[in-house]
Amino acid sequence: MAEHIIELQDVTKYFGDNLVIDHVSFYVNKGEFITFLGPSGCGKTTTLRMIAGFDLPTSGKILLNGEDISRLPPNKRPVNTVFQRYALFPHLNIFENIAFGLKCKRVENTYRNKDGKEYTKRERLSKKEIAEKVKKALALVDLEGFEKRSVATLSGGQQQRVAIARAIVNEPEILLLDEPLGALDLKMRKEMQLELKEMHRRLGITFIYVTHDQEEALTMSDTIVVMSDGVVQQIGTPQGIYNEPANTFVADFIGESNIFNGTVVGKHKVKFCGKMFDCVDDFGEGEPADVVVRPEDIQMTSPDKGTLKGEVISVVFKGIHYEITVQVGKYEVVVQSTESRAVGETIGLNVAPDGIHLMKPKYTTNVFDGVINKANKVEFAGGEFDCDVTQLYPGSHLDEEDYLITATGEKLDLTGTEVKVEVGLYDIEISDDEDAGGTTGHIISIIYKGDHYRVIVRTGDSDEDEDFVFATEDLWNENDYVSVIIPREKIKLTLKNTEEKKR
Amino acid sequence: MKLRFSRKTLCIPYAVFLLFFVIVPMAVILVYAFTDRNMHFSFGNFIKFFSDPTKLSTIVYSIVIALITTVVCLLIAYPVAYILARSKMKKKHVILMLFVVPMWINFVLRVNAIRELFNWIGLLGQANYFNTVFGMVYDFLPFMILPLYTTLMKIDPSLYEASYDLGGNGFTAFTRVTLPLSVPGIVSGVTMVFLPSMTNYVVSDMLGNSMVTIIGKFIYEYFGSDWHMGSMVALVLLVVVFVSTLLTGGFKSEENVRGANL
Repeated sequence: MAEHIIELQDVTKYFGDNLVIDHVSFYVNKGEFITFLGPSGCGKTTTLRMIAGFDLPTSGKILLNGEDISRLPPNKRPVNTVFQRYALFPHLNIFENIAFGLKCKRVENTYRNKDGKEYTKRERLSKKEIAEKVKKALALVDLEGFEKRSVATLSGGQQQRVAIARAIVNEPEILLLDEPLGALDLKMRKEMQLELKEMHRRLGITFIYVTHDQEEALTMSDTIVVMSDGVVQQIGTPQGIYNEPANTFVADFIGESNIFNGTVVGKHKVKFCGKMFDCVDDFGEGEPADVVVRPEDIQMTSPDKGTLKGEVISVVFKGIHYEITVQVGKYEVVVQSTESRAVGETIGLNVAPDGIHLMKPKYTTNVFDGVINKANKVEFAGGEFDCDVTQLYPGSHLDEEDYLITATGEKLDLTGTEVKVEVGLYDIEISDDEDAGGTTGHIISIIYKGDHYRVIVRTGDSDEDEDFVFATEDLWNENDYVSVIIPREKIKLTLKNTEEKKR
Repeated sequence: MKLRFSRKTLCIPYAVFLLFFVIVPMAVILVYAFTDRNMHFSFGNFIKFFSDPTKLSTIVYSIVIALITTVVCLLIAYPVAYILARSKMKKKHVILMLFVVPMWINFVLRVNAIRELFNWIGLLGQANYFNTVFGMVYDFLPFMILPLYTTLMKIDPSLYEASYDLGGNGFTAFTRVTLPLSVPGIVSGVTMVFLPSMTNYVVSDMLGNSMVTIIGKFIYEYFGSDWHMGSMVALVLLVVVFVSTLLTGGFKSEENVRGANL
């Protein structure tokens, strides 16, 4: 078994009231190249900063080689960081920048005194040792002879190399890299990716890398930790994550994918886009499933031979392949192929069983805790909604003063009644008119599912936010500020506790 | 006729200003300094100045008072600017403002207020040099805090993190990152405090109970009777200022030396 050099145990981090890391646990094997991947604000950089020691976890533990280092300051940890914007010291030249860590270092040397007794002394590294180490580090990043240059005279790529040299010259057990290639142009980035990978192989130390670029993560990593919303979504090898995404977020974030709502109709059989397909995943019969099909796993055939039949609506040349969008009934299917097709052509599509990935849908319905207010409306998720309160008591009705009369003729005041509110995925609409709906929030996620978008709207403040998940055919943008509209008859209420408030 | 302003024509007002308010007065001072009462060329004032022990000691006193003022200002201002620049407090500009607000009140009034205060506690006339330095520090402190604050604010916080990351402690971070990077602010603050405190005789007159004479006072007095000697003193001051600016690097045209950005 590989040694765990870093282990996070149930780590949670709040910034003020803001939950940025939500009970994260995982480990990093010694010597591996691990990447934290996720969109901005997913908590990947915070996780890295906690390993470096710049941020302390609110709760949970960080173990280094089995020892708890959660509270250890950064200068006492055997890790070094390559910062996002390099953070080179502008007042020092290249040599002094790289030597910074070495000059802080104290080593224990053993001496023998006149009586032959051994004693140890904590000493600084000698000038000669420092110069040698700096020279070696510079050679490693291909910047020999740059010692006397000032930081300002270097290009972005060269500064990047100096930043790496400055970190690895200290011979850390772990090198942390916080989106180090973000500021470089594409070509430079590709070169540096390979160089970093090569450096990792030569140095043999653990690399922890943070990026939002999925391609970068797939290219470089031994292991990828996909994060979103402060939660680890999936941990696995690049192949594992690409081929077997754990949920729709991962499937959508890593590479291109077609995501459909499907239903398992039998053993290794799934129905989506109105057709039956063979698949390899085994789910319970009749269960809903999110179906992920990678564009390159779809084969184009003649119309009569395909399981699906549709019309080509767009063809885009992408260099090594064509990206062809096919309208199949009301679904849009994206196909990648080295062959091109003409727009307007009718073609058939096939998917091999191992190209179909089934995932348990994360969201099937929205459930909230609500309270009935004076106007017989229900308050939840930071807003109030019109609803039919008579559904709480079968056979009841409202009198002219808005009191509820039960089937047995009892008169109830529902104000303050706690209820469970359920709203279906297809029963929510949103509007950019802030006053149109019962509550307002920001769109935090949009995933295309062939014929509709699955949208998540987050309402309320960070302290007690609620998410609405629903399907819509309209395209919205992430971060749009919208109001949430739920038709009166679509709000399903059930009593939370049977203790009724009688008047 | 269409009026056209080229860049050159727009320069004319400034050129005229420079000519009449900088170059001509300097020339007049130079001429007066090296002439006698009959406007004949003479080194008399020069020799008189440097052979008069009271004048020389006044120069020394002025420099010493200015130096002490500058050092005290720096010692007070640096921690304030550092704490304010590093704190994540939301209302820190309010605190910064409180240090600057006294500048909005008339200078003579402020000095007078301190004088009354010293009088009340019985310090006036008892510790003239202390009082003078106190008043100068009180007056010039904002000029030290502001440039320091601006330069310290500009330091990228990730540099501190880098310093910790590379094994440095708080002391290393300060001596090897903060301090060197705040030098432009120090230079600019020192220049803005040292030079005025050498000539501001209002403070020394009122708080020093007229017992403390600094070089500015000298110039003022001579211009009442002997313009030639007054010009010579002014010229000597100019040289002192020039040399001290040269020493603090104030003539470097690099942008980062101008840390004040006020």
